[in-house]
Amino acid sequence: MGKKILIVDDEPNIIISLEFLMKKEGFEIAVAGDGDEALAKVASFAPDLVLLDVMMPKKSGYEVCEALRADPARAGLLIVMLTAKGRDTEVAKGLAIGADAYVTKPFSTKELVAKVKGMLGVA
Amino acid sequence: MLLSGWFIALLATGYLALLFAVARFGDARADAGKSIISANVYALSLAVYCTSWTFYGSVGRATSGGLSFLTIYIGPTLMLLFAGVILKMVRISKVHRITSIADFIASRYGKSQLLAGLVTVIAVVGVVPYIALQLKAISASLAVLFAQAGNDLFPWWLDTTFLIAIVLALFTIWFGTRHLDATERHEGMVAAVAFESVVKLFAFIAVGLFVTYGIFGGLGDLFQRAAASPELARLFSLDSGRAGTWTAMVLLSGLAIIFLPRQFQIIVVENVDESHLRRAVWLFPLYLLLINIFVLPIALGGLLHFQGQAVNPDTFVLTLPLAHGAQGLALLVFIGGLSAATGMVIVETIALSTMVCNDLVMPWLLRSTWLQAEKRQDLSGLLIGIRRAAIALILLLGYIYFRAAGEAYALVGIGLISFAAVAQFAPAMFGGMYWKQGTRAGAVAGLLGGFAVWLYTLLLPSFAKSHWIGGGFVEDGLLGVGWLKAQALFGLAGLDEISHCLLWSLFANIGLYVVVSLNSRPDATEARQAERFVDIFRHAGRETDARLWRGSASVEQLVALLERFLGPARARQQMASYAASRQIADWKKMSADADFVHFAEAELAGAIGSASARVMVASVAQEEDLGLDEVLDILDEATQVRAYSRELEVKQHELQAATGELRAANDRLRELDRMKDDFISTVTHELRTPLTSIRALSEMLHDDPRLELSDRKRFLGIIVNEAERLTRLINQILDMAKLESGRAEWTTGEVDIGEVVREAMDALGQLFRDKAVALEGDIPASGPVVLADRDRLTQVMINLLSNAVKFVPGGTGRVQVRVAVAGQRVRVEVADNGPGLTAEECNVIFEKFRQGGNTLTDKPQGTGLGLPISRQIVEYFGGNLWVESRPGAGANFIFTVPLPASEE
Amino acid sequence: MKRASLSRQRLAALGLLGLPLLTYPLLGLPSGSWAGIPAGYLYLFGVWAGLIALAAWVAERKGS
Repeated sequence: MGKKILIVDDEPNIIISLEFLMKKEGFEIAVAGDGDEALAKVASFAPDLVLLDVMMPKKSGYEVCEALRADPARAGLLIVMLTAKGRDTEVAKGLAIGADAYVTKPFSTKELVAKVKGMLGVA
Repeated sequence: MLLSGWFIALLATGYLALLFAVARFGDARADAGKSIISANVYALSLAVYCTSWTFYGSVGRATSGGLSFLTIYIGPTLMLLFAGVILKMVRISKVHRITSIADFIASRYGKSQLLAGLVTVIAVVGVVPYIALQLKAISASLAVLFAQAGNDLFPWWLDTTFLIAIVLALFTIWFGTRHLDATERHEGMVAAVAFESVVKLFAFIAVGLFVTYGIFGGLGDLFQRAAASPELARLFSLDSGRAGTWTAMVLLSGLAIIFLPRQFQIIVVENVDESHLRRAVWLFPLYLLLINIFVLPIALGGLLHFQGQAVNPDTFVLTLPLAHGAQGLALLVFIGGLSAATGMVIVETIALSTMVCNDLVMPWLLRSTWLQAEKRQDLSGLLIGIRRAAIALILLLGYIYFRAAGEAYALVGIGLISFAAVAQFAPAMFGGMYWKQGTRAGAVAGLLGGFAVWLYTLLLPSFAKSHWIGGGFVEDGLLGVGWLKAQALFGLAGLDEISHCLLWSLFANIGLYVVVSLNSRPDATEARQAERFVDIFRHAGRETDARLWRGSASVEQLVALLERFLGPARARQQMASYAASRQIADWKKMSADADFVHFAEAELAGAIGSASARVMVASVAQEEDLGLDEVLDILDEATQVRAYSRELEVKQHELQAATGELRAANDRLRELDRMKDDFISTVTHELRTPLTSIRALSEMLHDDPRLELSDRKRFLGIIVNEAERLTRLINQILDMAKLESGRAEWTTGEVDIGEVVREAMDALGQLFRDKAVALEGDIPASGPVVLADRDRLTQVMINLLSNAVKFVPGGTGRVQVRVAVAGQRVRVEVADNGPGLTAEECNVIFEKFRQGGNTLTDKPQGTGLGLPISRQIVEYFGGNLWVESRPGAGANFIFTVPLPASEE
Repeated sequence: MKRASLSRQRLAALGLLGLPLLTYPLLGLPSGSWAGIPAGYLYLFGVWAGLIALAAWVAERKGS
């Protein structure tokens, strides 16, 4: 049984590329376009890992991350933050509120896949 | 029988003994350092103003003058409200150890013995009738009581008034001159006076209530009965025919409340704490109001009751209770009247005796050879002796005046003569406190002129009325010259005698004071004192004072001087406390510097007055004579130092302001820095986002050659789009940067806005047709023409139109463009029927990278820079760009551009 | 100091207000009577009492 990944981003083209990339690696994929939808999808889809964009309208990636970390039932959920803002303070903030990894846009597809696989323990 | 002569004598003696006990208690507490003078006691002691003249005379005056008796109490009420003036007087007196009003005036005008003497003479001559009035009141009240009781106490040959004068003199001597106090304060006396004030108020209100509610049926009943008689009704109608007299009386009494020697004594000299004024300002007027409420009712009651009988209205307060058998009340009233009279006599004679001793006798004694010979003797006993003699003498004078003129006048008339006399001090006092140019010569001239007019128009006519002197100068004018008639000077008839005197005497007084002051030059001491008096609140320190004295003196000589006049014990005590204040253990080791000389002079001034003190100090100190110019230089310097320190203060404020501005500027810079940082971060984000898609998709295309063709095509399409977006973004960012930095190139010329708008609509026509959105224009056929950059205006129009088409729904969407001239501006509107904007959004969409439409579904294809750039462009041309919108009601983007100023 | 000076100015202003109120021609205005008591009598004592009350309020206010 394959691992499940939820992709959260407000840019449709980035969703298209990430979805295609991860499906090709054999993961089961769901997508969400904003923070609220992301929280709903986490509940219904129960992913093993979330690729979470930071700069989103309505609810930012930080808020989604905090909400997920506040739920003890989701303790094992892995969170990878994606951000186009590469400042150190933002990386630190993401890690401080409980993200497992932090990836800066634009990213190398190979490295991202390798990181996700590594985190999920899929060889 | 209550009303036996012996009982009355016993009662009066008992009451005086009680007063004495109160005074002793007050003195004992003062000596123990636990003063009983509170703000309330101070305020009550001011009511020494209400003498037997108030107690008996007001009723008498009300029976003839109606409500006009109230002016005597309204004036003080208003005067006290100018507490700032009184406070200044108090402060000056404390700083300069002023002991009397004569001392005050003399000290201000260069410690002049001449002025001190002159003021003393005016005060004594002016106030003696007033003292006579107290004697008259007591003897009249006794006469009323004895008429009832039968005089079984005194043999016929003994004049009771003379006896009263003797008793009062002894009492005052015993009371007020027990020791020579450096500050001339008599706390025991103040306490006793305050006590008396309570007694007389209580007595008067008691008789008022008795008459109004006991004899008659209340105020309403009393007034109604009086109204039945036209003669009585006249008394409580306010007749505007008396307007001049009314105002003159208010002014006169307002001056009297501070310039009568006893009032100056109580308000200024006896003030122990400046903050007490705060209470006196309203409590004393309240006292006056209370003691006056029943005056008119008693007057009306008396007139109604004794209709047709020859009863002196001045004694109504006694005769009304007696007529109704209320003997106890009559005795209470007698005690109240006794209080009023004794209080006045005690304070007045103490104040006058201080003046007579310090300002008349001492200057003469200091010059006499006898005193020179007795150089080593302690003179403090002599000082007290002089004062005691002065008290006896003043009361004797009062008795003589009573005998000479007393019978001719009602009580009130005599009082007003005194008021008019002390009003002569006003110009020199007020001028001295607020006008540095006022000189000694001016003050002497003003006082002499005013006093002479007062003598001629008021005092001498009062003698003439009692046939003491001939009345020709009143009837026909001096030497038969008509315009010299004493009470119609220069033909000014029709005024009452008091207003007439006040007018001419103050006219002469003020005129001479001002004219002579302006034409005379002050000497060095005067100039210095003028500065110290007028600027009392500024001369907090003694530096200037110290610098204004130069010379040499020996401590031994100065101490010897103090011992002579204060007595050895008191002198040592004062020396020790002075040394302690300078942190010197033994006063014998002090040096006689300028400060010490000042201290010695101030101590002496407290005992013998400032003028005499100055002479005494000068006799032992080799003073260098500072010329007037030098004094003025020093004062100037002091003024300059003040100016410098004020300037310094201003500079400091400026510095603080500058620091604040710097801090604000720094904050602004930091804020700008933060905004720039945010901007870069946002730009980075905006650039990286399309780059992310491009990189991810191209890597996938590159890495996976087996990708299906449809996916390849789709991915390449996205890559092309995102690359375009990136290009657009970079162009706009550069554009924005150029606009903001002012490096944009503008080619300004005459532009037909209608044409520009039509062209932009044509250019985007295909976009509208593709989305099936209606585009309508309401544009004038030609014009309006503005000065602008054509391409930039086109850029704005295209931006607005493409925004509009982006947000309206396909099919039903509708965009309207209007161009019109409004005033001096062209107004261009682009209205759509899209979703509209909230009030908040209306503002934020003009910020960089803030796009409208916040959901993924209608993620706009903009850069978020179009509107900010458009606004920059429009504002460059002097116009505005804004949006009017409500959610659900579409949006209307409007910009205006000013029309060029029409050239005639 | 500044406060004290301000309350002194307020008192002086009261004095300046009282002068016209307690002299003619304003004094000539009240006529008739109220409950048997002449209006002029009531006016004089009323204005006087009012001035005293205001002066008390200004002078005794805390912090002044």
